[in-house]
Amino acid sequence: MAPNDDSLFPTAQAVEGEVIAPEGSIAPLVDDTQAAGLDLKVRSQWSYARMRFFRHRLALIGLFGLVIIFGAGIVAGHVAPYGYADIDLEHILQGPTHAHYFGTDDLGRDQFTRVIWGIRTSMEVGVFVAFVSTFVGLVVGAIAGYYGGWLDNLLMRVTDLVLTLPLLAVLLTATRLLGQGSQWRVSLILVFFFWTGIARVVRGIYLSLREKEYVEAAKASGAGDARLMFRHILPNTLGPIVVNATLAVGTAILVEAALSFLGFGIKPPTPSLGVLVSDAQRNPNDWWLTVFPGLAIVAIVLCINFVGDGLRDALDPTQRRMRA
Amino acid sequence: MLTYIVRRILYSIPVLFFSTFFSFLFVSYAGNPVNLLRQNPRVPQSTIDHLIHQEHLDMPVIERYFYWLHDVFTDKLGKSLVTLQPIWPQVTRTMGHTAQFIIISEVLAIILGVAVGIFSAIRQYSVFDYLFTTISFLGFAMPTFWLALLLQIAFTDIFLHYDTRIFYTSGLNSLPGGPAWSWDRLQHLALPIATLCIISFALYSRYMRASMLDVINSDYVRTARAKGVSEWRVIMRHVFRNALIPITTVAALNFGALLGGAIVTETVFSLDGIGFWFVQALGALDLYEVMAYLFVTAIFVVVFNLIADILYGFLDPRIRYD
Repeated sequence: MAPNDDSLFPTAQAVEGEVIAPEGSIAPLVDDTQAAGLDLKVRSQWSYARMRFFRHRLALIGLFGLVIIFGAGIVAGHVAPYGYADIDLEHILQGPTHAHYFGTDDLGRDQFTRVIWGIRTSMEVGVFVAFVSTFVGLVVGAIAGYYGGWLDNLLMRVTDLVLTLPLLAVLLTATRLLGQGSQWRVSLILVFFFWTGIARVVRGIYLSLREKEYVEAAKASGAGDARLMFRHILPNTLGPIVVNATLAVGTAILVEAALSFLGFGIKPPTPSLGVLVSDAQRNPNDWWLTVFPGLAIVAIVLCINFVGDGLRDALDPTQRRMRA
Repeated sequence: MLTYIVRRILYSIPVLFFSTFFSFLFVSYAGNPVNLLRQNPRVPQSTIDHLIHQEHLDMPVIERYFYWLHDVFTDKLGKSLVTLQPIWPQVTRTMGHTAQFIIISEVLAIILGVAVGIFSAIRQYSVFDYLFTTISFLGFAMPTFWLALLLQIAFTDIFLHYDTRIFYTSGLNSLPGGPAWSWDRLQHLALPIATLCIISFALYSRYMRASMLDVINSDYVRTARAKGVSEWRVIMRHVFRNALIPITTVAALNFGALLGGAIVTETVFSLDGIGFWFVQALGALDLYEVMAYLFVTAIFVVVFNLIADILYGFLDPRIRYD
């Protein structure tokens, strides 16, 4: 449930246990099963994960919704019926009609068009933040967890410092001072505060896995540090990381919207979803200006959370299955 | 236990020191607070020079941090650089308002969340469970400011159409005093309370459900059932009480975060709380007010983290701190 769940277990051991082998049969498995006329297929752990994911109904709904919403954002220029800055002073503040699905704002701009472009901006921010902070967190967490020592200490102390202050307050201060206005600067500041979460998760897994017998065996057969870290341990961290990164997209979109709404994030004319809700407060009685961009945020984050839950069930079979 | 608490408090002192130090560097790097005064033609140059001298603004940043720290302890958080007013009375006033609506909304959310969590877990996968699961998923996905705005729009619309004021949508009071004052205050606080309550409720009901399910499947509950304890007694005595343990921690942490962090809700409803005060100070780049806010909220977070840990050790004897 909680996006920052440190108790995620690695995926590999559990799936290995599930490889279908008839009781008492002796290797080689594949040939024997064919010969015995049993229709058994040896599946990789990823194909098991895929199977579990596609059996998760809500996750599929979420994935479907995301494809549609983000797809519309990606090809915004083709989907949107008007230009996002097209002013039409003869049709200001109109409610939803066939010509303007989501109505028009106080300059006669089509709200539907602006929401589509807003989705694009918010999507870019969310994906960028999730991707870069996952990468940074992965590298720092792996090094800290594997080598321990001063780097590990420093990382934990930095996270302690960041945790002392309320995130929103720190982000507000940071964006007010450094990044106000530009989409990419706001994204970079979000990255600066998001990577520590992933780093902590990755560190925890590395700490426990580096003591495992299979790592010791690899070390004994002459594998170097880099090989142990990236070839032997990294694949076991991928499950939790993918889940965390997915959920981080949603969190980043929510945080960016809050910052922009308060006036310290992305600035108009760039139409992010938070900016649209903030703009709408010039005409608080025209509900469609507030409702639709907000609905877009809810839809995106809801879909992402569904997909994240499905991924957790798929990649992390040791966790008790929780039907949403 | 006592040594643990003392050690934790001692550890949090350097953490607070460094986090305020870095915030101070960061905030003062941003801009010169005197610039605003310079733009005002009615403020003579001598006043500005005096201020710069008095507030040590011509010193290096690191020295200024220690002057600030000195002010925090000897002058109750010092004075604002923009309005030149003492900060402490503003902090206590806004903090009082924030505490009022945070406490009410959190208590409501905990009671509702725990009740719903229990029934969702007992009747897992029932219609009731699915309904509240949907609601809490919506609560997780919903931006706080948007929920607040929706409530605001709805009640403004009711007012405009039917000319009846059920709840006010901004501010704290419209009456200066008198017998109806408390009722008036409650009418103003109702919507902010509802906003926070819904968001926190989503959190608590999910945690309570998960933690109930954890306990229900444990061995000692099976034992209790096996020896013939009635289902009601199993749930109330064995499951419910143990399932509450994680919730107390979550509630303590959430409470500490909210006391300084209801920024969005307070801003939407223009409540004179500490979060709204901070946003205004940040807009005006008032260095010392921003620092005062960060300092006070950092203390809240540290204190409530400590409370959460102590509660956890107190309620769950399996946890030992030594």
